[in-house]
Amino acid sequence: MNESLRNIWTILKRELSGYFASPVAYVFIVIFLLLNGFFTFMLGGFFELGEASLSRPFFNWHPWLYLFLVPAAGMRLWAEERRVGTLELLLTMPITAAQAIIGKFLACWAFLALALALTFPVVGTVYYLGHPDGGAIFAGYLGSLLLAGAYLAVTVATSAMTRNQVISFILSVVICFFLILAGWEPVTSLLVRWAPAGLVDLVTGFSVMPHFASFQRGVVDFRDLLFFASVIVFSLFGTSVILRGLRGA
Amino acid sequence: MIDVENLIKEFGPKRAVNGVSFTVRRGEILGFLGPNGAGKSTTMRMITGFFPPTSGRVRIGDHDISEDPIAAKKLIGYLPESAPCYSDMTVNGFLRFTAEMRGMRGAQIDQAVAKVAGLCFLEGVLHQSVDTLSKGYRHRTCFAQSILHDPEVLVLDEPTDGLDPNQKHEVRQIIKRMGQTKAIIFSTHILEEVEACCSRAIIIDRGTVVANGTPAELKARADAAGSVLLRVRGVAGDTLKTRLGSLSVAGRVQIQDNGDGSLSARVFPRDKSTRADLALSIAQTATQAGWSFDELHTDEGRLDDVFRAITLPDSVKTRD
Repeated sequence: MNESLRNIWTILKRELSGYFASPVAYVFIVIFLLLNGFFTFMLGGFFELGEASLSRPFFNWHPWLYLFLVPAAGMRLWAEERRVGTLELLLTMPITAAQAIIGKFLACWAFLALALALTFPVVGTVYYLGHPDGGAIFAGYLGSLLLAGAYLAVTVATSAMTRNQVISFILSVVICFFLILAGWEPVTSLLVRWAPAGLVDLVTGFSVMPHFASFQRGVVDFRDLLFFASVIVFSLFGTSVILRGLRGA
Repeated sequence: MIDVENLIKEFGPKRAVNGVSFTVRRGEILGFLGPNGAGKSTTMRMITGFFPPTSGRVRIGDHDISEDPIAAKKLIGYLPESAPCYSDMTVNGFLRFTAEMRGMRGAQIDQAVAKVAGLCFLEGVLHQSVDTLSKGYRHRTCFAQSILHDPEVLVLDEPTDGLDPNQKHEVRQIIKRMGQTKAIIFSTHILEEVEACCSRAIIIDRGTVVANGTPAELKARADAAGSVLLRVRGVAGDTLKTRLGSLSVAGRVQIQDNGDGSLSARVFPRDKSTRADLALSIAQTATQAGWSFDELHTDEGRLDDVFRAITLPDSVKTRD
């Protein structure tokens, strides 16, 4: 195995085992699943809708659910290293900062993917009740995973900004909230009234909502993939800039 | 092994390290002294590649830490000042993680972890979470991490801080033993430690190196170095002063009343060349005069005095 991949893997393993060494992982997964169930079956009106699809009752809630849960899962990634001082240990080992950032990001993303995968009973339910479009469900899950990745990348960056996990959490919630609002219909319909169409498009272009919506509809478009990938890459690159700034360069 | 050349580090307008240069060869143990905030830790962080220097260069072996950081870092073992460890891991897990980061695999990891656990007396706590360890154990865990890959260069920031006297002794022994084959640099506030295990010492103050030499050379810079102390009973102070002052090898003479009926005379040599003969001449004078003395020794100077004299701010010095 290539040396940099090996370093990333070592860091990923350590982070991931860190989640499961404490009750954090279990508490997180249980709450995530409970909230998912509550939103889908109570608020989402899964049964009342009478359609064999997860798009509206299930995936619709994910941007809002992740808004709080993803920053909660990722806030400690760098903030804790800074608070305890292990950052010095980590960055004086023979690895690059990029490897550390990617390793940590992937560890937390894998953890979120696991939590998401554990919602499989919902999929079982629609298949039991009707004949859903498997492709649409797959696209929805893919979109949901990318959405979580985008929020997580933002959280990784805010986590590197401070040694305080609470501040990191609040900052990332605010930024992710902006990523939702910029393309959320109630907000865009306000904007449309006075702003030129070009500006509206520009603002909505920053939002995760229209991109996530196409996944929800079952469309996997290259442009949407590119959007999420660029949010992730940009945020992780920002993290490396923040870390370099910390060390007084 | 360690080449530091004109290292400068600025944090905003503040210059924390201002032109530090020194080298440490294999087999040398360099003591790094200085008051708090003198720039010791900042210098060490630049040597280990945590802080990029504002200017100047650091070479570890054949590798420049800024140009070829990965290769340079591979040669270094580092114990940061606060001895940080991942608190959610067990000691064993933490050491295995560092071993893996250092590129070890499989049986190599088992061997290395077993070896340092023995060396640092961690066998009893290997499967305990770092969270639950006492400060001494946590410190030794982090120290174990730094020597795990048997590095050629060791950078230790206050390795004995917070340890009890027995543990301090152990850590010093380990450092001394490893110093025979490695280049070691460690910072400390404990001056006896420098005398006990360093082959060379550097004193750094306000970001610059103010003294660099073997512990003996540094001690010789003390005011009292080379002076001879004589303690006598039943002799008048004036007699003592005139007799000793008239010796051809003697310079200044200070008399001090010890309060128990004895007097101490401190005789400084006239100049460097008369140092060697001073104690003998005083002994002869004392015997000829029939003084009863119970102490006669040459002062080698104390590192404390040198340290204080060099690093005290000028305002404090004049007040003294």
